Order: sequence, then C-alpha cells, then structure tokens
Amino acid sequence: MEPILELKDVYSSYGSIKALKGISLKVFPGEIVAIIGANGAGKSTTLMATCGIVPIDKGDILYQGKSISGLMAEKLPIMGLCQVPEGRRIFPRLTVHENLELGAFYRKDRAGIEKDMERVYDLFPVLRDRTKQQGGTLSGGEQQMLAIARALMTRPKVLLMDEPSLGLAPLIVQRIFDIIHDVNESEGMTILLVEQNANLALQAAQRGYVLETGTVTMEDDADKLLHNEEIRKAYLGE
Amino acid sequence: MIQEFKKIWKPYLIGLLWLLGLLWPLLGIHPDGTLSFARTFTVWLYIATGISICAVIYLLNKSDALGPVTAPIGNARKALGAFGKTVPTWVWLLALLVVALIYPQVTNRYAQDVAVNVLIYICLGLGLNIVVGLAGMLDLGYIAFYGVGAYSYALLNTHFGISFWATLPIAALLACIAGCIIGYPTLRMRGDYLAIVTLGFGEIVRIILNNWMSVTNGPNGILGVKAPSIFWPSFAEGFSFELLYLKKLHYLYYIALGLAIITIISVRNLNYSRIGRAWESIREDETAAELMGVNTFLLKLLAYAMGALFAGLAGAFFCARMRFVSPESFTFLESAMVLSMVVLGGMGSIPGIMLGAAALIVLPEVFREFETYRMLAFGLAMIVMMLFRPAGLIPAKRVGTRSEEKEG
Repeated sequence: MEPILELKDVYSSYGSIKALKGISLKVFPGEIVAIIGANGAGKSTTLMATCGIVPIDKGDILYQGKSISGLMAEKLPIMGLCQVPEGRRIFPRLTVHENLELGAFYRKDRAGIEKDMERVYDLFPVLRDRTKQQGGTLSGGEQQMLAIARALMTRPKVLLMDEPSLGLAPLIVQRIFDIIHDVNESEGMTILLVEQNANLALQAAQRGYVLETGTVTMEDDADKLLHNEEIRKAYLGE
Repeated sequence: MIQEFKKIWKPYLIGLLWLLGLLWPLLGIHPDGTLSFARTFTVWLYIATGISICAVIYLLNKSDALGPVTAPIGNARKALGAFGKTVPTWVWLLALLVVALIYPQVTNRYAQDVAVNVLIYICLGLGLNIVVGLAGMLDLGYIAFYGVGAYSYALLNTHFGISFWATLPIAALLACIAGCIIGYPTLRMRGDYLAIVTLGFGEIVRIILNNWMSVTNGPNGILGVKAPSIFWPSFAEGFSFELLYLKKLHYLYYIALGLAIITIISVRNLNYSRIGRAWESIREDETAAELMGVNTFLLKLLAYAMGALFAGLAGAFFCARMRFVSPESFTFLESAMVLSMVVLGGMGSIPGIMLGAAALIVLPEVFREFETYRMLAFGLAMIVMMLFRPAGLIPAKRVGTRSEEKEG
C-alpha cells in the first residue's frame, strides 16, 4: 500500500541547533501512528516541518505521493493535511463559533460547512453550549476540544496532533482519546499523533516511532513497543 | 469615612508634596537666574484645594454618605440607558448624521475648522485600526501614507493641474502601493521588531520629502495647491456649467464628512467580512492561522495596503484643504497621535475610535485657556482616561479582555 504521508531523511535546524537529523517515517491511510520521545527529541519539530512552518534543510516530505516540502503552510489544509498544534493555540478573543469558522476558512461550500459544524458540535457537545463564548474563556480541556474541532472543520484526510493530552485532567484526556479513536474508526481519518504520554499514545495507535535527539531510534507495531523492555524503562517509568 | 481617610492620608500628602516638587522648577526658576516661590505656592494651593475637595467627595461616596444624592442620579442613568436601548440603532445613526449635516450652519469658522480636523483624524484612526486593531501589527510609521496621499495631490495638481476628484483615487492607489512597498519587506517581522522597522520607514518617507528639493521643494513645502472644485450649473448667460472652487470651510467640511462616512462604512464592512475574520485570526495567533489555511502574508500585506489607502484619501483631502503641504505635517508625533486615538478610543471599535479622535483633537483646543500648560493638561487627561478605561473609551464588543489583563 502507498503511504499517504512520508518523510524521507528530513533534516531541520533552528539556527545552528540541529533539531532533526534524518527523520524517515511513513503513515498509511486510515491508521493511527504515534511518535513518542522525550523533551527535545524533535517530535513537535517533525510536525511543524511537515506543515511547512519550520523549513527543512534536507530530505523530502511526500503527501499522497507528491512532494510538499517548500509549499506554503496555508496550502496544506486545502490538500487535506491539518495540524492541531501543541498548546492548543486557539484564537482566544474570537468566539467558539468564529474559531470553528476559521477552520473552514479556505472552504466555499456553505452547506458543507454547516453540516460539518453540526458534526463537530455533536462530537463535542460542550462547545455547542458555548458557541458565543470567547475561546480564551474556556477551560483547558474545552480549549483542546475546540482546537481539535477547528482542525476537523478543514475536513482533513491526515490529522497531525501535537500533545493533545498536555496539561489536562486524566478524565478529559480519556475523552479526547476516545474521540480520536472515533474519528479514525468512523471516517477512516489518518492520524499522526505526537505524545509524551507514551502509554496512552501507544494504546491508541497501531504503529509507533520512537524519537531521540532528532533521529528515529525504533519503529514497530504499537503493541510490540508497548511491551518492549527498553521502552517500558525509558518512557513508561517502569 | 474616618477609616477610609486613615488609609489614604499618607500617600495623599506625599503626592501633594511631590506635585509641589514638580511645580517649583517649572514656575519658580526664571530664565534670568532669579528664583521665586510665591507663584508656585499660589498655583499649588489652588490645585491642592481642588484635589482635596475631589478626595473628600470620593471618600464620602465610598462610605455611602452621599447615598441620598447618588441614588437618584444612578436611577436616572439607568432609566436613560434603558430608554437608549429601546430606540433602534438606525435612529441614533440618523440623528448623528443630521447633527453632522447641520453642524456648519450653526457654528463659526473656528468650530468648523476643529470639526474638519476631527473628521480627517477619524479617517486616519479607522485606517490605522485595520492594521493595529484587526491585524494586530503595531505600525509606528502610519503617517507616511498620509504624507504620500498629500504629496500625490500637491504634485499632480501643481504640475499637471489634475483636479482633486481625479486625484483622490490616484492618491489612494499611490498610498496603497507605498503600503505594499513598505509592507513587503517588513511583514516577515512580528511584534516589537515590526514596530521599530515601521518607525524607521515612516522617518525615511519624511526625510525624503524634506530633502528631495527638486521634487518636493524640501522643507519649504509646496504652495499653490488648488482647492477641490465642482461644476456648478450657472444661468448667467444661458445654461452652462461653471467651475467653482470650494474654498469656503463649510464646503470642505462636507467633503471631509463624505470621506469619513465612506471610510466608516468600508471599515465596518471589512471588519465583519471573511477578510476581517482572517485578520483577527492573524492578530490572535499567526501560526495557528497559517495552519488553518489563512494566507497570512497576503492578508497582512492587504491590511497594510487597506490602511494606507484610507490614509492616502485623508492625506489628499488634507492637502486640498490647506492648499499647502510641507514635511512638517508628517512627523512621528502625528503617527503617535493617530495610534493614541486608536488605543484610547478602543482598538477594533469604530465608535470608540471616532470618539478617541474627537477627544484627542478637541481636548487640546479646550485646554487653550491653560496656554503654556496646555500639553501638560492634555497629557494628564490622557493618563486619567487610560486609568479609568484601559480598554478604550468604547471597547470593541468582539474584542474582549486581553489574556494578559485577565491574569492580573
């Protein structure tokens, strides 16, 4: 099967600091892939490079078989690649409804937008009660839901998620992972998940990559990684 | 009351003494080297008495001793507010328009002059609001586009005799192009860096105007610019159209009013459009906006160009009204004034900015009685306004409290 998203030996740096030193990974249609690793391993940079926010020095990024490296970041949502950035980054002074409308910014199909709006409100009923409320006044969990909902409004084929569990209560995290699972299951949406919470991520994912200081040190089925001695020691705190 | 007084008497006295310390060098030291105290003390005593009366009223109010007086006033205010809500918005707008239309018929030249100034600054403030209030880019060189508009009209009119009306779109276009030229290299920057770079560009434009003697006539400015003209039907010898120059101030007032209304309507429409929404997303979080498919670079450039456009229109009118331009009118202080209007009125709020422009133009006129202390009183008024209404005189409804304010 053709991978829908593929990174080929990607190098990236912030000034003189090398953040990615030859990352290669493949994501196949319809699967959930987790990237785990410690702080500063280059997980977020991988996603930001994929989305064209961080420029890459070397290598190539293929989406549906075509190179997307060097494309402007704003072209990607149109092609079906969207990111839920780390730390939510919703628009705090815009209302929930306006946040969602911005997710559908590039789309022109009024009816489709209305339908998707209903769909995300069904997925996140909390947001329906708060459509007129400013994004910044929501709680952390609600903001994360809003960020996911906003990304879903772009109708992504591949959804990149950066630390969706960051700073949230365990109960909320569970809810969010249920929804991730749900979207993947019911719509066949491909999800690339970056997580520090390795246990949670590997349970949700089918395959996983382990990143260390800018390189992929391990890749395997999520189940196998979850039962790997080294991984358990390094990332699962055993 | 006594309790309240105990709490504040110390800082209050220190404040008064501090004021005395500030006043004396201003009033007591004379250019010929002599020192005097009498005048300082009289002025200080006046101020101290005034402030003390205010303080006593404030304390009485705080300890509810003024209940019998304030309660009816509060009720009246509430009733008035309720009444205001029952009248639909268009009635208010219509009333405002009617007042604006008959204004020059009932006022003298001086009042009209101030009003024309206010209208020009409303255009400028609303234009800058697109850049600062909506797209969230701090622009300290905004007045440069005003200058481009003014010089466009001055040069086109004196050299080629092109009329005011024909120049308006040209001036707007040239200011737009200047906005893009300045915007293109600077928009890769964010926040404070952008502010400094725009400040530099604003100065560059002014210095070019000041030094390019062969074209702009340098600091002497350009004289002999024609006033706006219209064709007026004349029945003197049969029927013909006569070219009439609108030199009278109240004609100019109506042109300014027209420009201001066009600006208000356009900015309002932009504000609530898809583009306005995208600008706001850029203000809120540029990276997130990019991730959502908002073409941030193009939209920021557009914000710059649109802001410059309204400045260009205002500039062409300013030049037509003065019938003279010189680089002096486009200093950094003017940029700062326009920015103050936007911030003072309430960023992103159209009525707020209109009120801000009116306040900043009218206040210095009101304080004319204070003569040399005019700017001192003006500065004080600004401080007081910002202390009591930090989000602006009329804060924008869509733009709520900023995140940094909430934490405090």
